Amino acid sequence: MNKYLERLYNGVVKENPTLILMLGMCPTLAVSTRAMNGIGMGLSTTAVLILSNLVISLMRKVIPDQVRLPAYIVVVASLVTVTELLIEAYLPSLYTALGIYIPLIVVNCIILGRAEAYANKHTPLLSVMDGVGMGLGFTLALTLAGLLREALGNGTAFGVPFLPAGVEPMGIFVQPPGAFLIIALIIAVMNALGIKTRQRKLVESGCDGVCANCAKACVKSEEVTGK
Amino acid sequence: MNHNLILIIISGALINNVVLNQFLGICSFLGVSKQMKASASLGGAVIFVITIASAVASLLYDFVLAPLGLDFMKTIVFILVIAALVQVVEMFLKKKSPAVYKALGIYLPLITTNCAVLGVALTNVQDGYNFIESVLSGFGTAVGYTIAIVLLAGIRSRIHEEDLPAPLRGAPIVLISAALMSIAFLGFSGLSF
Repeated sequence: MNKYLERLYNGVVKENPTLILMLGMCPTLAVSTRAMNGIGMGLSTTAVLILSNLVISLMRKVIPDQVRLPAYIVVVASLVTVTELLIEAYLPSLYTALGIYIPLIVVNCIILGRAEAYANKHTPLLSVMDGVGMGLGFTLALTLAGLLREALGNGTAFGVPFLPAGVEPMGIFVQPPGAFLIIALIIAVMNALGIKTRQRKLVESGCDGVCANCAKACVKSEEVTGK
Repeated sequence: MNHNLILIIISGALINNVVLNQFLGICSFLGVSKQMKASASLGGAVIFVITIASAVASLLYDFVLAPLGLDFMKTIVFILVIAALVQVVEMFLKKKSPAVYKALGIYLPLITTNCAVLGVALTNVQDGYNFIESVLSGFGTAVGYTIAIVLLAGIRSRIHEEDLPAPLRGAPIVLISAALMSIAFLGFSGLSF
């Protein structure tokens, strides 16, 4: 397989950021109430991820190693601000639906994680493809979770009602507890099918493994507690 | 007025619980809740950092960003200020109060990337809170985080000994426990008067 297409496959299937690497859990839980919100959040994050990978890859020889994390944060935060203003101007309904979670794309571990693990070591074009692959993987996972919650909790798919009259949907699934339940079920099904996920990282280290800052904290806590 | 301030704390801690209702700070909530002691220490560190961060963010917004018409810069400014603040707090504690540093120190860097800190700072601005309201809302939110993580740690210490179906072991059962806690916390929504 061509190395650019390999990046796409890697992001969507092999190292799917949400389902396999278990990164970016906050937005996954929070905005998956509707499939459309999942798509909106996924694509906004994808846009930021592609651009941040591009910029960071272009600047990888300029940014001194010691200050790379603050530099990445500034790049990502600027891109998120631009994205937020664009969404506010052109997609006001999405802006209201996602609310505070748009500026919080800054602290999404996927973005800093990819900058640290991939973009600062590879060429701009490969980094962009990595961003596209990871972003699409994230969007697909978010849409899947959103679709399941919307179908079970609201009886609609992408806003179209499909339940026969008289069948009451289970409202709990579009409320906060439903988010935890759906993600728990998705991971349980993947476990039952024998698909290897990094859920251990999620519940045992809490550091998300790849993410630069979190990883640093992990090393430190391991040193101190002597695990 | 007083009535309002108390409501802000209760709302932050119980009604709009930051973890169970708003899904901020999930990483550390799921990761550190394995041990009760670590959870309590992390909770202490979070209360400390979020309260200070909301105070600083509120002052910065009211006296620098808003008068200069730069409020669109708030995301960038807040995240940098929070990251720097955590570093300063860490160095200060290390020097001045080694005992507290020993208890909280290892969790401080974890908090920088905790979206709860940035989330609270941004929500305070969005809700138009003044300085005192921001500090109280930050404090209430952080107390809510601590309640949630300590409760989950207690539940997990019991689950640990149960005989579970294999696919549910690990993350799924922790998430299901969180879901049940979240259902319980929905009951607090009746408190919003």
